[in-house]
Amino acid sequence: MKLSKILKNTLILLTASLILTACATKKEVAIDKIEGQMQGDVYTGTDSVEYLAEGVPDRVFFATNESILTTASRETLRAQAAWLRKNPGINVVLEGHADERGTREYNLALGERRANAAKDYLMTYGISSDRIAVLSYGKERPVDSGSNPLSWSKNRRSVTVKAN
Amino acid sequence: MSLAKDGKSDIYTMDLETRVVQRITNHPSIDTSPSYSPDGKFITFNSDRSGYQQIYIMKDDGSNVKRISFGNGLYGTPVWSPRGDLIAFTKLHKGKFYIGVMRTDGTGERLLTENYYQEAPSWSPNGRVLIFYRETKTNAKGEGFSAKLWSIDLTGYNERLIKTVTDASDPSWSSLLSN
Repeated sequence: MKLSKILKNTLILLTASLILTACATKKEVAIDKIEGQMQGDVYTGTDSVEYLAEGVPDRVFFATNESILTTASRETLRAQAAWLRKNPGINVVLEGHADERGTREYNLALGERRANAAKDYLMTYGISSDRIAVLSYGKERPVDSGSNPLSWSKNRRSVTVKAN
Repeated sequence: MSLAKDGKSDIYTMDLETRVVQRITNHPSIDTSPSYSPDGKFITFNSDRSGYQQIYIMKDDGSNVKRISFGNGLYGTPVWSPRGDLIAFTKLHKGKFYIGVMRTDGTGERLLTENYYQEAPSWSPNGRVLIFYRETKTNAKGEGFSAKLWSIDLTGYNERLIKTVTDASDPSWSSLLSN
């Protein structure tokens, strides 16, 4: 009687630990997948990125509710500025975007603020404000329509688009 | 109204007769979603001047700006009730969107409905019902959106889908029409 109780308890424990191990493995894989493409909650992958020229990515990404440029963003924008200096005939539109987790009007303003952060940085590298227009789409034009942290991180962006 | 100029979003008024536009707030923060009190003497709006999106009240000339929302989470889209006693709002907290009301001094917060994404409440003229919109995913994978109008009583009961032929968003309840 006692033995069977011990055996039963061991079995329950074993089953429980197996389930727990399975859960942990699954969770770790998911986190690893995100960690490879995000630093903090800023997107660092290249999934949606297009190129204005070789080595000149067209977009920079932001943290939630932020418009501060990361080190990687500043590097991208410096490459854009160098490319714009070499191509004085080209003007650009900076399109600011937000993720879906905010109210509509506020996110329009947030997109505007992000695009302006990128504009200010391009201007400090010698690009005239006459060549840069700013346009905010708020959360209305997501590049990834998923509802998870990775999709949202791809959508918090400012994209430099050739205007002519 | 809210307007972005030189990368800053502020609250402005426009005289509908003369079309003269006047800046009411002047702050590097994001100021959007303004709504007048029924007597026209005050304006409520949302701003992230504290670091996060919160609800503020000011006089109609932009003076005496006072923050009224202090709960957990972000607060936006404040709308003054027709009787002037309450402010309806959208709240974001821990990944959920709520429609709620609070008194004009920020006390007595009551959350009426919770969902994955919903916003933009608008008052019925008698101040007893709120209409708003809610977006839901169109398939199990979480792709695509479907936006519909919903109403809920101020009591927090009687939540109803307002049937529309197509998707619908950003409702605005008209004031009583006279013939």
